Amino acid sequence: MAKIQLNGKNIILKEKLTLFDLIQKYKLNLKKVAIELNGKIIIKKKFKSTKIKERDKIEIVHFIGGG
Amino acid sequence: MKPKKDIFKVANKILKSRLIVGTGKYKNFKETAAAVKASGADMVTVAVRRVNILDKKKPLLMDFLNPKKITYLPNTAGCFNSEDALRTLRLAREMGGWKLVKLEVLGDKKTLLPNMIETLKSTKILVREGFKVLVYCTDDPLLAKKLEDSGASAIMPLASPIGSGLGILNKVNLKLIIKNSKVPVIVDAGIGTASDATIAMELGCDGVLINSAIALAKNPLLMANSFKNAVVSGRQSFLSGRMKKTLMASASSPKKGLI
Repeated sequence: MAKIQLNGKNIILKEKLTLFDLIQKYKLNLKKVAIELNGKIIIKKKFKSTKIKERDKIEIVHFIGGG
Repeated sequence: MKPKKDIFKVANKILKSRLIVGTGKYKNFKETAAAVKASGADMVTVAVRRVNILDKKKPLLMDFLNPKKITYLPNTAGCFNSEDALRTLRLAREMGGWKLVKLEVLGDKKTLLPNMIETLKSTKILVREGFKVLVYCTDDPLLAKKLEDSGASAIMPLASPIGSGLGILNKVNLKLIIKNSKVPVIVDAGIGTASDATIAMELGCDGVLINSAIALAKNPLLMANSFKNAVVSGRQSFLSGRMKKTLMASASSPKKGLI
């Protein structure tokens, strides 16, 4: 179990997950997002090998409409 | 008649249209996509935001505007310091491999005028990191030159504050910026209606960026098309070289043969 902060929200993960698992869990498209873990950008190749730990702060972003 | 070899090139990217459009403020993505199509633009600005993790069915911009067919220009809208702007653009680059970005570092919440000190600082860092940066800036000719010297790929002076629709407030400054700049000058922000865009193009701007004026029109699709024509019109007018202004009249019909 890990208590994390995901996009500003406190979330409890019951199982041990990698960033790749997290994307799957929320049904996100790998190609359409970017992830920042504790202030550092994680490249897509490393999603599978990056395990989520207690108190991690994760930001998942995508493109939206803007001027 | 189209002028020959009038190529619009921003950071090695050739664009067919001199009109770049924003994708914010529309009713929905369907309307966004239709307006972009009607505008004829082949580059659109987009923002970087948190994914809504609780709403899995929320539509995605990318499902309506294919980034393989239309160039996405990620912006840093809403960033009030260099750190946030850099963070946003680094994430944008990671998302899709985009090096071409629009930098805007805002300084004031009410006017959304750019903080030029932070903007200059950010431009230098981004250029060092290999980004091709289009920079939103004030219409100050000296600062615009400083941005160019710092490696900006294009200068994007405001016509008037973002979303104000006030049109071009300082034509003289814009003209000076255009005259001094070796990189493209794209008027960004404040354009309210099609004639404003024509005037910008007639001044010699290389392009214009429009969002609110299209999105907030009663008929956004018609306005998008109107801007498409306005930009082409202004460019052709600029290339044609206008007639001289005189104080007194000059008859258009010959005097000879007058009865």
